[in-house]
Amino acid sequence: MTEQDGNYFTAVDPTSMPEEQTHKPEVVIKGIPASPGIAIGPAFLFRKSAPTIREKSITAEDVPQEIARLEQAVARSHKELRKILDFALSKLGDDKAKIFEAQLMILEDTILFETIYKRVRSELKNAEYVVHDEIGKYHRMMLTSKDEYTRERAHDVEDVRNRILRNMQEEKLISRLEGSSVIISQNLTAADTLILSRNDVLGYATDIGGITSHTALLARALKIPAVVGARNVSHTVQHGDRVIVDGYSGVVYINPSEATLRQLEEKQQQFKLFEERLSELRDLPAETIDGHRVDLSANIEFEKEIEFIRLQGADGIGLYRSEMLLIGKEVFPSEEEQAEQYRLIAESMYPKRVIIRTFDVGGDKIVADAVKENNPFLGWRGIRVMLDKPDLFLEQLRAILRSSTKKNVAVMFPMISSIKEVRAAKGYVEEAKKQLRAQNLPFDEKIKVGIMVEVPAAAVLAEDLANEVDFLSIGTNDLIQYLLAVDRGNDVVSGLYQEFHPAVLRFLRRIIERGKKRDVWVGMCGEMAGDPMATILLLGLGLDEFSVVPKVLPEIKKIIRSVKLREAKRIAKHALSLQTEDEVKAYLRSIMKERFPDIPLD
Amino acid sequence: MIEREVTIRNRAGLHTRPAASLVKLAAKFKAEFFIEKEGFEINGKSIIGVMTLAAEQGSKLHLKFSGEDEEEMARAIVELFEQGFGEPMQ
Repeated sequence: MTEQDGNYFTAVDPTSMPEEQTHKPEVVIKGIPASPGIAIGPAFLFRKSAPTIREKSITAEDVPQEIARLEQAVARSHKELRKILDFALSKLGDDKAKIFEAQLMILEDTILFETIYKRVRSELKNAEYVVHDEIGKYHRMMLTSKDEYTRERAHDVEDVRNRILRNMQEEKLISRLEGSSVIISQNLTAADTLILSRNDVLGYATDIGGITSHTALLARALKIPAVVGARNVSHTVQHGDRVIVDGYSGVVYINPSEATLRQLEEKQQQFKLFEERLSELRDLPAETIDGHRVDLSANIEFEKEIEFIRLQGADGIGLYRSEMLLIGKEVFPSEEEQAEQYRLIAESMYPKRVIIRTFDVGGDKIVADAVKENNPFLGWRGIRVMLDKPDLFLEQLRAILRSSTKKNVAVMFPMISSIKEVRAAKGYVEEAKKQLRAQNLPFDEKIKVGIMVEVPAAAVLAEDLANEVDFLSIGTNDLIQYLLAVDRGNDVVSGLYQEFHPAVLRFLRRIIERGKKRDVWVGMCGEMAGDPMATILLLGLGLDEFSVVPKVLPEIKKIIRSVKLREAKRIAKHALSLQTEDEVKAYLRSIMKERFPDIPLD
Repeated sequence: MIEREVTIRNRAGLHTRPAASLVKLAAKFKAEFFIEKEGFEINGKSIIGVMTLAAEQGSKLHLKFSGEDEEEMARAIVELFEQGFGEPMQ
């Protein structure tokens, strides 16, 4: 079937290709996973030869006809893009459809087209050549821009130029494929990706492109598996080859062997089941069989992760690592910049809670000033840095407070080791509030304030510290390192870093019990919270909040929803009675094996 | 001819939407309007040109207006820049 809407396949229907792929060797190409899922099917090679443009001289008499041809091509391109824009609006919503608005505006750029008409008249050159050359100037400048946004727009400019040129050359335009196939291309524009998706597209794989490219963005929105940046895939694949696009690991298999095929089909099936389970779980609470509810939230570093954690069914953000804002920056972001970022996160999570941890710099993280320390983990880091830099601290606290107007924001201090530090930090919170009041800026007067328990001293003082704050959040990574005196980045001793060391378990029990005695809630945002083997144990110890890396949310929720609190308590009690980590692990592993044979443990 | 210096004040810079408002406003006037940034000049009435500028927050632009209504045009355009195109500024 042929349709005149501006896409141009110079390809043959893959289903009509001779079946000879069984003789071809398997080729594996690694790219970037851009949209999750696994697609298996015949390749449709989408070769986008840029229109060939020849510079031709014309006579003065040819000019009116040449200009009329161009005007017609522009009008037709406009109509096509309108159609694409409407389709995008219906399928993707306002936001993502905006990509096409910019292209429409270029078609309406009278200055640009007047210049082109003028050049056709004065240079007596064919319109194709002048269009190509004139728009090409802008395209080249945008491509070399330092600004990523502008470089992305360069593709829009190129796309719109090629659309006009194709319409001038009146190429045969086909945009319907027969049967379902995997689209392989050197690159796909936003329009290509979208229009192709009207067919039964199983997946996409392209030579170039990154995770933020249009193809990646739209493929995710359309829920079609995609791998981008798979170099040379379009030159390696032939029409009708059987291909597998693994959008989870970013691998493209061309003419897969029977073994590969079976393996990937199995993975496809597994993920399908997993996704079904996930969507069933998403809107269910993290609640035990006997009705004990805990908060299952996510640790995030970037605002971009929010969409994903929502899909994963998080109850909120238990740890937002604000220091990630400092990456690549030479100076600290301004209060305004911070306030806007925090507000964005708070608003997109509303009414769910967002815990913002103040800058945790130092240790192995970003250093605020170039300070040489022999032992940075025992050095100037976390709250210590901020208390020494009151201006920076107040700026950040004001920014956090300003994002709290909807009352779903809490603030948390890292690396607390004494009551004195908590009081000092709280003093700055009060000072920041006072300053905002003076400026008449709104904020949540009752913003919740908490601390990370990651220094053994804080664990020892848990009860007294709990008197000072609204919540405790256990940072197991550092707590375990400090408690066991093991640097887990040091290969020689990293084996001694043990999450299930009996001393760790007893310490955790102590922190949770002491915190709860003072009626504050106790959460955990360290890696242990996201370790499936620890979930029942932590539940049994009475943990109120699990804040985990987004990808394990469904698994942890599944475990929580499959036990009774009573059983969890019994299991925790037994685990606490054991003498070595090996015994603890063997015990927990046997419980997991019995109840959750499909959850992998390491 | 009138010349003016402006600074991009909105956070997101001169991206597609502000570029469109700028070009639309410019189209209401008869005077010619050019924008120069770092020695590179484009026609301020052309969207593709304005898109090419890649002017981020804090960029300084040199504006040139010439024509019968250059006074009013300069005033209106400079105001649009100063308001950060009605977008978040900080």
